Amino acid sequence: MSKAILVDTTRCIGCGACATACKVVNHLPLGDPGAAHDLPTRPLGDDDLVAFAQSHGEVGGHLSADMLNVVQAHGSVFVRRFCMHCQQPTCASVCPVGALKKTAAGPVEYDAGKCMGCRYCMMACPFSIPRYEWKALFPKVKKCTMCAPRQAKGLQPACTLVCPVQAGIFGERDDLLKEAEKRLADEPTKYFHRVYGKQEVGGTSVLYLSAVPFDQLGLPSNLPSEPMPLLTYRVLSEIPTLVPLGGLLLGGIWWITNRREKVAKTEKKME
Amino acid sequence: MNISKLPKLTFWRAVLVLILAAGFYSTALRFTRGLGAATNLSDQFPWGLWIGFDVLCGVGLAAGGFTLAAIVYVFHIERFRPVLRPSILTAFLGYALVAVALLYDLGKPYNIWHPLVMWNPHSVMFEVAWCVMLYLTVLALEFSPAVFERLHLHTPLRVIKAATIPLVITGVILSTLHQSSLGSLFLIVPEKLHPYWYSPMLPLFFFISAVGVGLAMVIFESNLSSRAVGREIEMHLLEVLGRAMAVVLAVYGLLRFEDLWSRGALVHLREPSRETVLFVLEITLGLLIPLPMLLFRRIRQNRESLFGVAVLVITGFLLNRLNVSITGLEASSGVHYFPRWTEVAVTLSIVGVGFLLFSLAVRYLNVMEPAQGSRAPGAIQIRAVA
Repeated sequence: MSKAILVDTTRCIGCGACATACKVVNHLPLGDPGAAHDLPTRPLGDDDLVAFAQSHGEVGGHLSADMLNVVQAHGSVFVRRFCMHCQQPTCASVCPVGALKKTAAGPVEYDAGKCMGCRYCMMACPFSIPRYEWKALFPKVKKCTMCAPRQAKGLQPACTLVCPVQAGIFGERDDLLKEAEKRLADEPTKYFHRVYGKQEVGGTSVLYLSAVPFDQLGLPSNLPSEPMPLLTYRVLSEIPTLVPLGGLLLGGIWWITNRREKVAKTEKKME
Repeated sequence: MNISKLPKLTFWRAVLVLILAAGFYSTALRFTRGLGAATNLSDQFPWGLWIGFDVLCGVGLAAGGFTLAAIVYVFHIERFRPVLRPSILTAFLGYALVAVALLYDLGKPYNIWHPLVMWNPHSVMFEVAWCVMLYLTVLALEFSPAVFERLHLHTPLRVIKAATIPLVITGVILSTLHQSSLGSLFLIVPEKLHPYWYSPMLPLFFFISAVGVGLAMVIFESNLSSRAVGREIEMHLLEVLGRAMAVVLAVYGLLRFEDLWSRGALVHLREPSRETVLFVLEITLGLLIPLPMLLFRRIRQNRESLFGVAVLVITGFLLNRLNVSITGLEASSGVHYFPRWTEVAVTLSIVGVGFLLFSLAVRYLNVMEPAQGSRAPGAIQIRAVA
C-alpha cells in the first residue's frame, strides 16, 4: 500500500494555504516574516495549522530551498508544484550513496547524513524538483517529503490538510487513481482527458487533473512512460559480464604476445 | 645568499603565480562562504565548469595512460616504452587533480568517502566514484617504480614489477568502465540534453573519443616534454600514433554520424542556434579537419603539423565534453550559465598545479626514459617497470 496526493487543478482557487502550511511544518521562513507572530505559542495542532494557513496563504514564486511547494498561476489556472514522489524515482536511482529512497509508504525520502552533495539528483530529476541550499556552507538537498514525519504519526500531509476546497486530497494511490478516472468519466467535457502521473516515468505518487493540456501548466509533456532508471541500468547491468570478459580478453592477448616474444627469443638463441 | 640560485622569473612563471593567487582567494571563498558565493551554479544549473571541465575533460585527457599501457604491456609493442612513463605520470596527475576538483564541487566534500560504505550499484555516479578511487590507486602503483628507483628501493621495485601485468589489465578495464560511464551519466537526461549530443550510444562515444584524445595527448606531451628537457623527439613513434589516431577518429566519426542520422538529429542543422554553431565547431575542429590531415604521411611525419593535429583533436574533444555537460543542457534549463571568475580561477589553478607537478617530476624522477643502453648515471640497472 502506498500513499499519494491527487491535485485537481480545476478545483484550486489559488488561495496558497498549502504553500504556507508547507513552510510552517518544514520550519521555513514565511513570505511575510511578521505573520509568524500570529502562530500560537502552544504546540501546533492540526486545527491551528488550518486556521493559520488559510488566513496567510502565499501564491507565486518558484521552488527553492525555502519553498518546497509553490502555487503558480498559468493564465487563469492555478497549479501547485512539488516533488512528484515517483514510483521508481530517478533521483533515488542516480544517488551514489543511496541518500534518496522511495519508502513503501509512498514518499521519496532524503537522508542528509549520507548525502555528499554531488547534485546528480538535481541534474537527473525529470521534473527538475530538487533544490539546493546554495548559501549554506554544508548544504542539503531540499524537496517535499510528502510530510513523511506527519504520516508516521498517522497524520495527513499539511498541504492537503489545509486545502479549503479539496483541490488536493491524500490517500492510497490506487484509490486516488480510481477517483481521478471517475471524475474524468463523470465530467468528460470539464477535463483534459488524462491523469498526469498515472504513467509518466513509470507512474508518480502525485497525480494531476486539469482542464487544459498539462504542458500549459508547466508540467513536462515529453516524458517517456517507462521508468527513467532503466536508461542507465541497462548499461550498468552489463558491467558484471564485461569485466571478466575484458580481463579474459586482455589476459589472452598478453599471453599470446608474451609467448610469441619468448619463442622468438629462444629461436634466436638456437641459431 | 646567492641570487642565481633563485628560480628565474619567466613570463609563464609570473602567469602561474597570478593564477595561483586568484585560485587561493577562490579556494578560501569556496570553503568559507559556500558554493553559492564562489560559483554561478543554481537550482536550474547545478553542474558547471568544475564538473564539465575539471572532471569530464580532465579524465579524458588522462586517457593516454591506459591507451599506452595497453599498447606496451598487453600488445607487447615495446618500441613505445619511451613515451609510456610520461603518459602514466600525466594520467596519475590528471586523476589526482580530478579528485581535488571534486572536493571543490561536492557540497559536502568531507563525505567523499561515503561511496566506499554506502552502496547504490544502480547509480552511474557510484560506478564513477569507485573507478576514480581504484584507478587512481592503480596509476600510483604503475608510476611508483620511478619513485622507487630514485630512492634505490630494490625490494618494492621487484614486487611491483611482478605485479605489472595484472595491474595494467586492471587499469585498462577500470579506464574503459570509467571513460564510458562519464558518458552514461548523461543517459538519464534524454529530455534535457540537446539531440546533437544525447544518444543511447553516449557511453561508447565517450570511450572511443577518450582513446582518440589519449593518443593526441601522448603526441602533445611528447612535444612539450622533449622541448622541456631538450631531447630529440621520437617522431617515428608519434607517426604510428598518428596513424592509430586516424583509425580511431574514423570509427568515431562513422558511428557518430550514423547515430545522428538515424535519430534524425541532423535536421536541427537548419536552425541557426547556438547549439548548431557549437556542434559544427566541435565536429569540424575535432574530426573533419584532423582526420583528412592524418591521411597524409608528410603531415604525420612532420613534427609541427602532427602537433597541430593533436591540438585540434584535443580542442574538439574539450568542446564535446563541454557541450554534453554544459551548453547542450542550457536550452532546457531555461537559464544561461557562465562560470564565475572564481570558478575559472580554481580550474586554472588546478591545471597550473598539474603542469608544475609534471615538470618537478620530470626534473627529479626518471620520467623520460633514456634510449635503450644509455641509462643515465645513477639510475639503477633493474629494468624499469613503467
